[in-house]
Amino acid sequence: MQLVINGLVIGSIIAITAIGLSMIYKTLNFVNFAHGDFVAFAAYIALFANASLGMHLASAFLVAILATIVLGIFMEKVVWHPMRRKNASRTTLIIISIGLALVLRNTLIFIWGGSTRNYNIPVRRGFEFFGATIAPNQVLVIISAFILVFALHCLLSRTKIGKSIRALSDNIDLARISGIDVDRVILWTWVIGLGLAAAGGVLYGLVTAIRPDMGWYLLLPMFAAVILGGIGNPYGTIAGGIVIGLSQELSTAILPTEYKFAVSFVVMTLVLLLKPEGIFGGAK
Amino acid sequence: MGVKVKILEVRDLVTGYTDLNILHGISIHIKSGEIVSIIGPNGSGKSTLMKTIFGLLRPRGGAIVFKDHDITGVKPDAVVRLGMSYVPQEKEFFPSLTILENLEMGAFIRDDDISDSLERIYAIFPALKEKRQIRAGSLSGGEQRMVGIGRALMLSPDLLLLDEPSAGLAPVMRNMVFEKIAEINRAGTSILIVEQNARRSLGISDRGYVLETGRNRFEGRGQELLENEDVLRLYLGG
Repeated sequence: MQLVINGLVIGSIIAITAIGLSMIYKTLNFVNFAHGDFVAFAAYIALFANASLGMHLASAFLVAILATIVLGIFMEKVVWHPMRRKNASRTTLIIISIGLALVLRNTLIFIWGGSTRNYNIPVRRGFEFFGATIAPNQVLVIISAFILVFALHCLLSRTKIGKSIRALSDNIDLARISGIDVDRVILWTWVIGLGLAAAGGVLYGLVTAIRPDMGWYLLLPMFAAVILGGIGNPYGTIAGGIVIGLSQELSTAILPTEYKFAVSFVVMTLVLLLKPEGIFGGAK
Repeated sequence: MGVKVKILEVRDLVTGYTDLNILHGISIHIKSGEIVSIIGPNGSGKSTLMKTIFGLLRPRGGAIVFKDHDITGVKPDAVVRLGMSYVPQEKEFFPSLTILENLEMGAFIRDDDISDSLERIYAIFPALKEKRQIRAGSLSGGEQRMVGIGRALMLSPDLLLLDEPSAGLAPVMRNMVFEKIAEINRAGTSILIVEQNARRSLGISDRGYVLETGRNRFEGRGQELLENEDVLRLYLGG
């Protein structure tokens, strides 16, 4: 039971952080290797606002999301958009994103050092639940993730901008032909994808130590979730994230903990071999 | 009937993808209210011509005039706003969006109420109304074609470009598509069709052009072309 709870917690974090990775992958046709470092960036901004500026964690959460979105918009304007205009190849974009990942991570190390940090919040006792101990922070993570997913669903299915985001990820050429302002919608895709990644990053900091490489190590499970869910399918990615989180944690019942991350790799490889379009179907 | 004005005129259009030109000086025109077919074998430049008219490909020479606007080299989003819509040959719909959402995307640039346009499209394609909450990706080929054409009609365009509207469809569906095209035209939309299925396409057209390796080969009234022996032998399989 404890493992199931832990799995759901990490699974929700993987789910909400991976959505942006999936949407950008499908819409712009490249894998953003810096995505995980945006997750870490958000956790550090929240840490700074909370521990250094003394803000309440809820306000720090919002500050972190905003800061990450601003950084994301900046990157789109200075890097990704000019690169698309030059018809940069997919490989070029991927290599740029790896470079960006390194810059981001080392900036975090430069400012805050490489050691692990924690938010300045009171430690509260966990409570018993069917023989498992649940920390209040874990409940907070699951509830927040649930709210974010619901908000995302409303946005994608009810608003014009949300529908156009899905349209772009389906068929960007047809979106252009229909007169949709593609560049503006791409900007929104970044805003929402990175906003969710940032929220996930701050929440991740609640249940794990904040380290500069926390996002980088989350990248592999995120990829696994994206591929499991079908690239560009946000709902599939959410389900994929939960599955990966659960399988990672449950594996520790039979395997040493160090193999946790290998589990997502194995799951991803199996899916690629058996059903390359993802178990939830790519981009439906 | 008064003198029909040219809604679109293409003069000496030259274009291509790489170093090689695909079109070597094509000239066509469409008068207001006409259906015009462009036929020709594979590689004759039919689709390339459409993409260039719509601004998806930059012309290297020649001119394109649409409703008295010079649209040579103008990007698709601006062409759409002038009143031209385009249904590409493949992937003419958004698979993960519902039928209704597909149609809404066709009206993306409009901020007003779109229910009139929706009703007009449902009147042309009643099947779309019943299934409007169903994802386009799960529809049959014929229904997907309807979604593609419906999306393009959401802005009530003056000119509709259709790239191979009958490709890949069963014969019954093909007939349906050509009947619908004629119906849309009767309601006032000028139509330019590129088709492999030349016989059916010319059958509903006022005029047609036959292209060969990026050049004009024949032109004439739809019936004339169908009866022209050279056209018959070369493009209609005897």
